[in-house]
Amino acid sequence: MTSIPLLREREKQIHDKAGGAPFEMACDRHSLAGSVSQRACVFCGSRVVLYPIADALHLVHGPIGCAAYTWDIRGALSSGPQLHRMSFSTDLGEREVIFGGEKRLYKALTELIAAYRPKAAFVYSTCIVGIIGDDVAAVCRRVEKEQAIPVLPVHSEGFKGTKKDGYKAACDALFGLVGTGDTTDIAPVSINILGEFNIGGEAWLIRRYYEQMGVQVVSVLTGDGRVDDVRRAHGATLNVVQCSGAMTFLAEQMQARFGIPYIRASYFGLEDTAKALYDVAAHFSDHPDVRARTETLVREAVAAVMPELRRIRAVLEGKCAAVYVGGAFKVFSLIKALRLIGMRVVLAGSQTGNADDYAHMRALCDPDTVILDDANPLELSRFVVEKGADLFIGGVKERPIAYKLGLGFCDHNHERKTPLAGFEGMRNFAREVHLSVTSPVWEIVKQSSFKC
Amino acid sequence: MLLRHTTADIKERKALTVNPAKTCQPIGAMYAALGIHGCLPHSHGSQGCYAYHRSTLTRHYKEPVMAATSAFTEGASVFGGQANLLQAIDNIFTVYEPEVIAVHTTCLSETIGDDIPQIVNKAKADGRIPEGKYVFHANTPSYVGSHVTGFASMTKAMVDYFAESGPRSRTINLIPGFVEPADMTEIRRLATEMGISAILFPDTARVLNGPLTGKYRMFPEGGVTIDQLRQSGASVGSIALGALASAPAGLAMDAKCKVPCAVLNLPIGLHDTDLFVDTLRRMAGVNVPETIDLERGQLVDAISDWHPYLYGKRVGLVGDPDQLLALSRFLTALDMRPVYLVTGSPAGKKFEEQLRETLADAGDDLRIAVPGDMFLFHQWIKERSVDLLMGNTYLKYIARDEDIPFVRCGFPILDRMGHSYFPTVGYRGALRLLEKMLDAVLDRKERDSSDIEFELVL
Repeated sequence: MTSIPLLREREKQIHDKAGGAPFEMACDRHSLAGSVSQRACVFCGSRVVLYPIADALHLVHGPIGCAAYTWDIRGALSSGPQLHRMSFSTDLGEREVIFGGEKRLYKALTELIAAYRPKAAFVYSTCIVGIIGDDVAAVCRRVEKEQAIPVLPVHSEGFKGTKKDGYKAACDALFGLVGTGDTTDIAPVSINILGEFNIGGEAWLIRRYYEQMGVQVVSVLTGDGRVDDVRRAHGATLNVVQCSGAMTFLAEQMQARFGIPYIRASYFGLEDTAKALYDVAAHFSDHPDVRARTETLVREAVAAVMPELRRIRAVLEGKCAAVYVGGAFKVFSLIKALRLIGMRVVLAGSQTGNADDYAHMRALCDPDTVILDDANPLELSRFVVEKGADLFIGGVKERPIAYKLGLGFCDHNHERKTPLAGFEGMRNFAREVHLSVTSPVWEIVKQSSFKC
Repeated sequence: MLLRHTTADIKERKALTVNPAKTCQPIGAMYAALGIHGCLPHSHGSQGCYAYHRSTLTRHYKEPVMAATSAFTEGASVFGGQANLLQAIDNIFTVYEPEVIAVHTTCLSETIGDDIPQIVNKAKADGRIPEGKYVFHANTPSYVGSHVTGFASMTKAMVDYFAESGPRSRTINLIPGFVEPADMTEIRRLATEMGISAILFPDTARVLNGPLTGKYRMFPEGGVTIDQLRQSGASVGSIALGALASAPAGLAMDAKCKVPCAVLNLPIGLHDTDLFVDTLRRMAGVNVPETIDLERGQLVDAISDWHPYLYGKRVGLVGDPDQLLALSRFLTALDMRPVYLVTGSPAGKKFEEQLRETLADAGDDLRIAVPGDMFLFHQWIKERSVDLLMGNTYLKYIARDEDIPFVRCGFPILDRMGHSYFPTVGYRGALRLLEKMLDAVLDRKERDSSDIEFELVL
């Protein structure tokens, strides 16, 4: 089915529809040892979810690396406090590994809270903490009592599962805050936006849509986040959850304890953005004015971007794209968004999709699309070449691979610098794709050798 | 003000690092291993470690960075990582087909006590390592040292595993230290210019600054070969550049194969490049060619042309120990005043003494922290500012908040190009540093000039 060597164990994580094999994706499993997977760890998942809460203290309990590598690398913008952009680490040494790091953690927390007076503190456990057996929760409880602010342990030891388990650990920590704030001024038509991290200012766009619809946004979890907003999130009447499930865990917990229903949403592409807004309007169907305002908003916003999208489509028509990103939900949206600008997806994959996700992905894709779970660079590069892609959509580690192959690239991960969500985001996305795919540099690549 | 939280009031911190000036050992080991041809670095730990290292190196080099992981689970953390590493070795040689796997440990595998040589021996006995292929290792627990010592350990492991004594050749071993691919090329060029054949290791040139060809190669052209590493034991001498990053490998070579080793500063700036060239000359028994004299002369000429613009400038530096020492010597030669110096690496008392000696005349408020962090450094600046900042990209917050001209150097640089292609070592590298410092200082002078003071000729 393919010309690259594959591990037998990985065969079921790759589906080449042209091969006509029955579709049965093995996914949701731990990466094989020895793989050059593009995935990360539990700690990474927790950090992604909680990092945007800008007025909280984020203390990484472990050796220096985990704090150093996550120091301000995600463009999760804050309109106010910038405390989340500092890097705080207990910087554990040999001594603590032998004698335990609880004392050091206590001291660090106490010093930091005295210095910064944050609204809350998150303490991330790293691999080593799980091994040396520090009772982080106990230290947190003690400091919480002494300092009178919430101090929340995040059980994010790197080896205890996948990035998804890190999302869950983060949601558990957040759930410790939800329900502790005042909800008196919250309207009946109100939501929380979950799983939106305000990369490039996307949360601001989405919030504005809802406000235009007459829907109060109680909190965005966690983009441009504030501790007080999280604390009163249980006052909203609906949770709107974006992404493949980084924050579904929290939505489920809130449903169980506070009876708040949740719906899923994606804000990538015109179609999915409109659907998300209409779904929310439908939830508030006893407020017909919301629906009316939504219709106006969508009509005007789509009309504003369509002329440019049509122009771009004329250029990109028939070009091919490869999409390999973290979550499967984003892949669905991107397939549709790319279709809108005339592009065909020839490779689709994710780091963390589950069986349902891949079934849905298969249904969305063209017959000859290759579908990959937890792929490695060899697989990605070979399939991209075999399938003749013109564009690669991925994250930081995929960008130089795409460029080496002479493909256009769009970062749809934390290094995007303009909002790609919402209606305006679709226009930005199309512009970026257009710019990259039609760059003269790819012509130069083809003639770069003097031999011809 | 991004760093609005920084106060001038310095309190002693014992349990806390804020805005680190270092990172952990494994990334240095990974970078060093990439300097072997056909080598796949392997991180024996959980999946996040290597993902972070690959991302950071990718951001710094804008190149694909390949490595594999043992992908520890809870099971491995309880029962040990032997099964994971054995499976990894199997899988890697089956699918990716590298020439060599360079295993480095992490805090996790070190703490649970995995014995890598024992596991590698088992892999060998089981026939998991194909004929002519290699697996070697370095211990790099993240809670000891820093990225620089991780680099040093992996470089030393190249000697420990591969160097073999033999009839003396005329070759010289060059151990370049934790520098950029462009620097490694420049160090080699200086030797070549002098007619010296050299084995340079590690060598990341053409691995992390390769060309765009339209093809993706998992193992690019560059890198020292295992054959060369083997032959390095027969070289006439070794020059280890940088006491922290390179001396362990150089000294191990001396101990193992009786190849005498000279440990020098990194050849950054006039005097340390002189020292490097002179050592090369004596070790190889050659004369310094005119071409190198010319490069040196041009540097001296540029220093004399521009010295009035840099004279007396107070400079704050954050960086790795070997770089700080050499840069301090260069800045001092330019009559500049390096007054605040921070490294995150625990480089020891001796290093600090050397630095203080070099900077004895730098100014009345010399401050050095070994180890320190960027928060402390910022506090010093709040007390009394400087005219120029030099360090990695993370210094930009301080540069912006305190409105100080800033020259990027060191690791990592996440927001500018150049470091992959233009060296800062050697006479040419010194010219480049000079240019960058002058650009920063003069751009600022012109920005701050009134219309009346703003002049065409400076």
